[in-house]
Amino acid sequence: MNSSSHTPSPVSNDPSAGYDGPPDYRVIGRHAVFPETSHDEIERINFLAQMNRHLAARVVPGVKAAYDARVVPAFEAAHGRPMADRHEARRAMLEDPAFQTWSALRRMTMEQRQQAGRWTALRQREQLNAVAAELTEGDPRLSLDPSLPIPRYVSAVDHHCMPGSYHTEYFPGDVVNGANYDHAGFVTTGGLLGGYSDGGGHAVVKWVKHNLPDFKPREILEIGGTVGHSSLPLAQAFPEAEMTVVDLGAPVLRYGLARAKSLGVDNISFVQASGEDLSIYPDASFDWIQTTMFLHELSTKALRAIFAETRRLLKPGGIVLHVEQPQYAPEMPLFEQAMRDWDAFYNNEPFWSRMHEMDLDAEMVAAGFERDKLIHGGVTGVVDRELFPDAEEDDTEDYGRKAAWHVIGAVA
Amino acid sequence: MSFAEALAGAGAKPAGKRPYFLEPQVERVLAITMAVAQELAVARQRSDTLERLLLEKGVLSQGEIDAFVPDRGASAERQMWNQEFIARILRIVQQENEAVMSPAEVASGDVGEELAREA
Repeated sequence: MNSSSHTPSPVSNDPSAGYDGPPDYRVIGRHAVFPETSHDEIERINFLAQMNRHLAARVVPGVKAAYDARVVPAFEAAHGRPMADRHEARRAMLEDPAFQTWSALRRMTMEQRQQAGRWTALRQREQLNAVAAELTEGDPRLSLDPSLPIPRYVSAVDHHCMPGSYHTEYFPGDVVNGANYDHAGFVTTGGLLGGYSDGGGHAVVKWVKHNLPDFKPREILEIGGTVGHSSLPLAQAFPEAEMTVVDLGAPVLRYGLARAKSLGVDNISFVQASGEDLSIYPDASFDWIQTTMFLHELSTKALRAIFAETRRLLKPGGIVLHVEQPQYAPEMPLFEQAMRDWDAFYNNEPFWSRMHEMDLDAEMVAAGFERDKLIHGGVTGVVDRELFPDAEEDDTEDYGRKAAWHVIGAVA
Repeated sequence: MSFAEALAGAGAKPAGKRPYFLEPQVERVLAITMAVAQELAVARQRSDTLERLLLEKGVLSQGEIDAFVPDRGASAERQMWNQEFIARILRIVQQENEAVMSPAEVASGDVGEELAREA
């Protein structure tokens, strides 16, 4: 059903004129393998997106006020000194009712989102798997390796409380965890990533076209690309290029190829492999290697191995770009650092905290990139502004989840 | 896949020990309350959808719902529904208050032991 057909033309006191928040989920972009969503399933997602919006816009300011008025003075009275780091700030906030309540509600909203999205995907999984099979079976652009070991940094705890993570298959040919990840991610982003959750990919394309106008990549690799949210815009922007997505998880890769084909993107392949060992590709195979909101789901060892692989795999003059939430810096207030660390401790993102304190420039140099060829930048989600909120104009801070990222990269 | 499997799978726990921010009893009740709030929102939107469809199809006219005045019988039924609903939700309050009036009550297990001692 198209809800817009029920919307009367705006009048002077149109309540939508003053509306500031997530769009109705019905504006989401659909494709062949996207789960069907009933009226009530849509409204459940709308409610949960509004919960996240409420927590960020209307509850976080109270958490900050309590930090200033209660947490900091109590800490300083008890210790006779200011807080030394974000961990002390977070532990002190754990004792404060404002942080406790916000945290409990934020965690529950994520748990409810997973249950809601999984129910929708699971109740129709035979159908979803059949559509995916129809679109992917026998297609050489899907390459799976069932013997691939799942590393501890993915298997130990399920990232963002997503049961079974990206890799668990409930039976052969399964795409359920890809479908859940894709269709209900809207709850967390509130539409800031656009209709196809691809605002990050479009942002990267915009950055590259602006900063490297003569760059004409032929071979593009995205590591940890899951269902291809951020990869498809690259493949679409450079139709003469061949795009490869590698990921650990078979369900997201299967789903990804079915989704890409259904959206008319054909210059893309999905390969099950670990970014730490891409020996299936010879040296200097790619013009462009991309990761998008990926580094924080690794480990120190894996990040270093992946940086080394990107150096090995880039052609001379090729570029690597990593899109991530901003690093912790001494000038970032401890409150903001502690709030940004929330996902590391309470939303199953175990590497988030340590990754965001690493000296990524030094890691890039250690991986063999030249310091004077490093790239630094910033991007915000690029979306259809008729329908979706624009991250650049949105001053709500949902620590760690806003569609505003840093770029670190290098020219090989 | 069976209905029971889908139901269990949808609510499955993610790998990783769950953090608690409040007293576990309080957090459990809050989690249940938030799920109920979610379902209330879903039901409210469904009734809004129904209302808009009825308006569009001309079954209802604008303002008809807000101007609706139940007749005497309907009014009684609706108010009794409210009373019944509240009584169901607040059953524990009723029962805890009744317990105040019976301070000498014994627990079933204790009665069991007492009866066993009679043998």
